[in-house]
Amino acid sequence: MLRLDAITKNFGGLTALDQVSFAVADGSITGVIGPNGAGKTTLFNIVTGLYTLSSGRVFLGEKNISFCRTEELAGLGLVRTFQNIELFGRMTVLENVMVGMHNGTRSGILSCALKLPGHRREEKYIREKSMEWLRFTRLEDLAHVAAENLPFGKGRLLEIARALAARPKIILMDEPAAGLNSRETLELASLISKIRESGITVVLVEHDMDLVMDICEHIVVLNLGKKLAEGKAVEIQGNPEVIAAYLGTD
Amino acid sequence: MADFRQLFQYILSGLSNGAIYALIGFGFAVIYNATGIINFAQGEFVMLGGMLTVFFLTVLQMPLAPAILLAIAVSTAAGVTFERLAIRPLRNAEPLRLIIITIGASIFIRGVAMLLWGKDTHALPAFSGQEPLAVAGATILPQHLWIFGVTILIILASRLFFNHTIMGKAMRACSYNPQAAGLVGISVKNMVMLSFMVSAAIGSLAGIIIAPLTMTSYDVGIMLGLKGFCAVIIGGMSSGLGTVMGGLLLGLLESLGAGFISASYKDAIAFIILLLILFIRPEGLFARKESERF
Amino acid sequence: MTGRKQQMILFMLFAAGILAAPFFLKGSYLLTVMVFVGINTMLAVALNLLLGYAGQISLGHAAFFGMGAYISGIITSRFPVDPFGVMLLAAVLAGALAFVIGFPILKLKGHYLAMATLGFGIIMYIIFNETVAYTGGPSGLPGIPSLRIGVLVFDNDLRNYYLVWMFTLVVMLLAINLVQSRIGRALRAIHDSEVAARVMGVNARILKVQIFSLSAVISAVAGSLYAHVMTFIAPASFGFNFSVELLTMIVVGGLGSIYGSFLGAAILTTLPEFLRVFQDWDIIVYGLMLILMTMFMPGGLISGMEAGLRHVMAKIFKGDGGHAQA
Repeated sequence: MLRLDAITKNFGGLTALDQVSFAVADGSITGVIGPNGAGKTTLFNIVTGLYTLSSGRVFLGEKNISFCRTEELAGLGLVRTFQNIELFGRMTVLENVMVGMHNGTRSGILSCALKLPGHRREEKYIREKSMEWLRFTRLEDLAHVAAENLPFGKGRLLEIARALAARPKIILMDEPAAGLNSRETLELASLISKIRESGITVVLVEHDMDLVMDICEHIVVLNLGKKLAEGKAVEIQGNPEVIAAYLGTD
Repeated sequence: MADFRQLFQYILSGLSNGAIYALIGFGFAVIYNATGIINFAQGEFVMLGGMLTVFFLTVLQMPLAPAILLAIAVSTAAGVTFERLAIRPLRNAEPLRLIIITIGASIFIRGVAMLLWGKDTHALPAFSGQEPLAVAGATILPQHLWIFGVTILIILASRLFFNHTIMGKAMRACSYNPQAAGLVGISVKNMVMLSFMVSAAIGSLAGIIIAPLTMTSYDVGIMLGLKGFCAVIIGGMSSGLGTVMGGLLLGLLESLGAGFISASYKDAIAFIILLLILFIRPEGLFARKESERF
Repeated sequence: MTGRKQQMILFMLFAAGILAAPFFLKGSYLLTVMVFVGINTMLAVALNLLLGYAGQISLGHAAFFGMGAYISGIITSRFPVDPFGVMLLAAVLAGALAFVIGFPILKLKGHYLAMATLGFGIIMYIIFNETVAYTGGPSGLPGIPSLRIGVLVFDNDLRNYYLVWMFTLVVMLLAINLVQSRIGRALRAIHDSEVAARVMGVNARILKVQIFSLSAVISAVAGSLYAHVMTFIAPASFGFNFSVELLTMIVVGGLGSIYGSFLGAAILTTLPEFLRVFQDWDIIVYGLMLILMTMFMPGGLISGMEAGLRHVMAKIFKGDGGHAQA
């Protein structure tokens, strides 16, 4: 589904990512972990077109998306959520999800301004589908609340609902468990499983080891911009280099 | 020979205007580097400097030097008041609101000026008289020397301040990382206020030293402010040499353009340059590396 | 949340009120003022789409207004062509110019965008002032013919009122439709978080330019109407001061609200007429309004009114004055 090939990113004199390569299998849940500063969010930003890579290639399926603009990626089936949730604060919960459906819909300025029949049909469809996604993430009671008034945990769910509304093939989540309490994290884990069951590939950047070891089939470990290790949860847990990277050597 | 003299005059007036633009741009940079805000009202401090001096001179019959000092003081006070009342409460608001507030403030100050002093243009007397000096066959007015002198002094003083005094370094710390600065005991709030004070003081001074040459009125702030902004954009938002170069370059281009191409489109030249820079190289022509903002 | 039907009813009521108003204002000076309220409402809606909804600040919108006015004025005062055709031409030219400069300008954000649009506005103003052969320069351009459809000539207040308000009501209706649609949501998304909008597939770059263009087109049409209604135009009406007035209108009335645009336009157009004393104080008052509104009522007066209305509705329908639901 997603393949990273020797991704390197330089910021001036600093090498944030150094020849990172790995592949994400279709329909899997993959975790990207590593100590702070390892380059995980930078990696996400490169894959989602917010940063330009210095060298290397990114493949989505067969397609080279290394130089695609961010707004093109939703159409290709790739979406992401953000570490510091980026909601449309002044819009309602429902409206946030409706924007998620922007990608699959087509009415332009003229059609909307003149309220042509095609647009009306589409609006109805958008509204109904969006409510479905709210039900999927158990947010339907908050449909008309302004997004900026949501408690943090619900805000995270909303971001996920919005991303799902774009009918992605793969969703990248940047630290989805950050700021959640243990109950919310468990609910998140089961939501992510539900998402995978519906056929969507999930890639997580995470610090919460319990969550990662619990649901990720495949784990990639980054440290100081390089890939340190890759494999199943059990392998990673036992890998002395990984342990050293997190805890430091004596 | 006559052509050379004319060219020299253009260059001279271009450089002296440019020095003023540099000073005004300096004011923009100081506030921007300390707060991330572009102070739309910067031009109005420039206006206040000149107008207040005229007021103190003519109505209160004060001698020149005290009038100038008092004008700078009042302008600085206005800057502080503005920061306290309008900026501080909204430090975390979205940029759009801050922009609108500074626009509102600039209009408000201009409106007060118009109400108090009318729409007429006023002249400040030249500081050291009107006797032109002959240099290499062309004429320089003493006021030009004042402008260059004051500008150089201010640039040197700012270099000194930002690099060699505790307060100056504290301000730089705030601009790089307000949180960290706060953690080591620097009062970010005071630094912000200080930046407004410095900007207002320098801005008003700029308005005062140019007034004897170009007259002053309630609405000179708009144009001067914009041109100062243009200077600091060319200079890459630096509070140092970059803005000086930007200002001088702008002044020169404007003056030569007005002289050789068309005088009536003189003002348009600055804005065309502004747009071109913003479109093609928004980080400025003389931008230094991030670490050298001061 | 008001449903679609309720929005339609609201608009019908508003339109009915506007269309019926002349019967109450017959012959009074207020009728003339309302013609300008109409033009300013068009302009305010255009600016609001860009600023209130998409969050892109423009301080040079008077330039497009002036473009429309001068293109219409210059051509129709010299050649016997169909003024509506020229209006269309002016709209297309303004839209095209906005489209072309929109790409580089809207790459800028925040303060830089504000300054760039300000610079653009001033450049246009200087052009209006200096191309004396065409525009008549500072003394203005006289002799602009009135609009006409067949034998119906729009040369008195009543006819101009209906002419202008027909256009304005259409613009308002289109705008209301637009903001409630997928495009409207996309615009507001860009305002709240451009990066998240792009991740969701919103082509922010192009959409911003399209809205900028649309905004310019509407402003140019308003300018054209203005020229024909006034039959005389001068550069002073199309400078920075007017751009600021427009900004004040939407800040006072309500950023991100179509009816708010009308409210702001109405207030700022009628107030000077009633307070002659206001003339010298206008700049101060605009400045104060901008500051106070942005600080204390960022949603404009309309948000205050909407909150008040909701409160009243809740009282009516709850009876016991209990807490209303969201």
